[in-house]
Amino acid sequence: MVYVENKPGVLTRVASLFRRRAFNIDSLTVGRTEKPEVSRMTITVDADRDQARRIEANLYKLVNVLLVENITNQPAIVRDLALIRVAATHEARSHVLELASVFRGRVIDVSPESLTIEITGAEDKIDGLIEVLRPYGVLEMVRTGIVAMRRGSKSNGNAATDSTAQGAASDDVSYSV
Amino acid sequence: MTDPKNTPGTGTAKTMTGASILWECLEREGVKQVFGYPGGAILPAYDALKHSKIHHVLVRHEQGATHMADGYARASGQVGVAVATSGPGATNMVTGIATAMLDSSPIVCITGQVGSKLIGSDAFQETDITGVTLPITKHNYLVTHASEVARTIREAFYVARSGRPGPVLVDITKDAQQSTCEFDWEAAKPQLPGYRPDLSPAPKEYAQALELIHNSKRPLILAGHGIIVSGAMREVRDFAERAGIPVAMTLLGLGAFPASHPLNLGMMGMHGEAWVNHTIQEADLLLAFGMRFDDRVTGNLKNYAPNAKKIHIEIDPAEINKNVKVDVPLVGDLREVLLELLPKVESIDRSEWLDSIDRLKGDSAVRDIQNLPDSGHLYAAHVINDLWHQTRDGNTIVVTDVGQHQMWEAQYYKHEKPRSLITSGGLGTMGFALPAAIGAKVACPESEVWVVVGDGGFQMTMCELATLVQENLKIHIAIINNGYLGMVRQWQEFFYDRNYTATPLLNPDFVKLAEAYGIRSVTVSERSQVVPAVEAARAHDGPMLINFKVEQEDTVYPMVAAGAALHDMIRRPSPIVETAEDE
Repeated sequence: MVYVENKPGVLTRVASLFRRRAFNIDSLTVGRTEKPEVSRMTITVDADRDQARRIEANLYKLVNVLLVENITNQPAIVRDLALIRVAATHEARSHVLELASVFRGRVIDVSPESLTIEITGAEDKIDGLIEVLRPYGVLEMVRTGIVAMRRGSKSNGNAATDSTAQGAASDDVSYSV
Repeated sequence: MTDPKNTPGTGTAKTMTGASILWECLEREGVKQVFGYPGGAILPAYDALKHSKIHHVLVRHEQGATHMADGYARASGQVGVAVATSGPGATNMVTGIATAMLDSSPIVCITGQVGSKLIGSDAFQETDITGVTLPITKHNYLVTHASEVARTIREAFYVARSGRPGPVLVDITKDAQQSTCEFDWEAAKPQLPGYRPDLSPAPKEYAQALELIHNSKRPLILAGHGIIVSGAMREVRDFAERAGIPVAMTLLGLGAFPASHPLNLGMMGMHGEAWVNHTIQEADLLLAFGMRFDDRVTGNLKNYAPNAKKIHIEIDPAEINKNVKVDVPLVGDLREVLLELLPKVESIDRSEWLDSIDRLKGDSAVRDIQNLPDSGHLYAAHVINDLWHQTRDGNTIVVTDVGQHQMWEAQYYKHEKPRSLITSGGLGTMGFALPAAIGAKVACPESEVWVVVGDGGFQMTMCELATLVQENLKIHIAIINNGYLGMVRQWQEFFYDRNYTATPLLNPDFVKLAEAYGIRSVTVSERSQVVPAVEAARAHDGPMLINFKVEQEDTVYPMVAAGAALHDMIRRPSPIVETAEDE
């Protein structure tokens, strides 16, 4: 999770950094927070521990980055949202509706040939729904990428706008943040 | 308009144009000179310059302006400033900005931009320069309102000079320069909640470092540019002397530790001294002081310093474990970290280790071109060595370009003081020397400034000879002229079957060229003429250009081929070995 100043061009700086240092982004979401001057990004990257540290250090080199938290091994709430349009003719329709409800998905659009399901949840839950819907024919799909938040009240997020914050020093090696 | 009597920090607001605020803020940041080139989108700023005390050096190409600002910064330690217009003016700065970025040099580049209403319309001379320079600046800004100018300039200077220094670009739209607003210096304090340049190591990390130092039998300090940036020359010396640890230099570290000091082994890396590279490979502890394990100093990482633990003292956390995995990182300002370590460092007798390093020198002296019999040819190493002898006692700054002459300078000019060598290390920018030397001379008018430059690189930015003359600067230019792009030719010799494609140069008559600018000039092709020419230049009341016609196909030895292990060096053939083989 990356807390950044809510200013023009900050998303480009973060995205450019990943490109420049050849780190691959699996997903990146950005949105507003409880503080109007702070935006929050949730970035998913396939990286080992050392690479994650380097990404963190490089993110801190961006002047507009306020705080970086690696929550890979932290208890966290992680949510992805998907809209899935499934082919659903007369006989398949009830099966699709049943599957959607098992996964706590909601039907948000209906047409004679298809149903559109909205589902929110952890990534693997959405993967699971897509898997079972696939035989019926997934006509169209879009996912938001994940947003995440630490569980409980332990998040350092409130420190994000405090200039004295020392970052997420939860790890044993500190090089110094 | 700017009132010079208005002392900083009075907090009184008054109405000014964005252009006037720009110069007022630069003055308050301590700027005395800027290097620039006018054009449409920056004209309001140039118009307001007439009311400022700042001296403007008119360059001949905007790349020159950035190298001058860079040379100014490296010679003085102060932020250098370059100014250009939008579009081509701004894009011409790109090479100089990237050069400053890779060598952590604090410069601020001010560019004009088309009016804010026109942005995105492909207007005349519009380029998205903040987009272009995003990966090669430490930070950059687009300013679209006069009211943002003051705070942005203050932030730009603060970011450029603090932490690991670097270039900052401020792009100011024409309407932001023209419109007016209330100017209040005090109210325009930097607001950088996420920027934390002042890191320091944890106590545990200090303890781990000390344990490694005290348990080491064969330690070695790797001295980098960070020593000069941090101003830690004295602390490094105290540390090395107290702990009895020898010191190896990076290219940009040269001058950070006196060349004549008994613990100074010399330069490491691709063209470093053979014994220094062997010492690195045999060491059991490397103490990296403000250096970043560039590929030019490590050789192949797989077998780099296989026996050594590593302590890395570095201000930029992103450098830790980037190239070389280290055992103890100490992230912080080098001088402050060393001041913390110094009282706890025990004095240990390491004469055994120092003696064994001495033995590693082997026949290096015999292979040295300085000690080979005079063949009647003039070698670049002769020129550099003689230049060093003549200027060593003075307050001399040598500014080099990039290539063979740069490596010979590093090998044969013995730098005793910091900031006495200015060279493009990380980016390896040809054309750097002449403009950077102009910046250095403007920053340090009392210093004797020598440009050491190849015949190839000189021709990339030689238009700045006009700047030098217009500014009436006494700078000496030594062209090491071998009629080739020498370093590329050397690679072709070793790795491309001597296929000298596109490396021979048909050069102009450099003497006539200099004379066309009104610069005194002479050609030297014999060793006996080197010292008289150098002395003539020093005695001459003005700039002088010496065209040293040197051996055409000389080679920089030793050389670690790209991708080879550090101890695997191509050496200058030893005359003794050769004789033995002949028999």
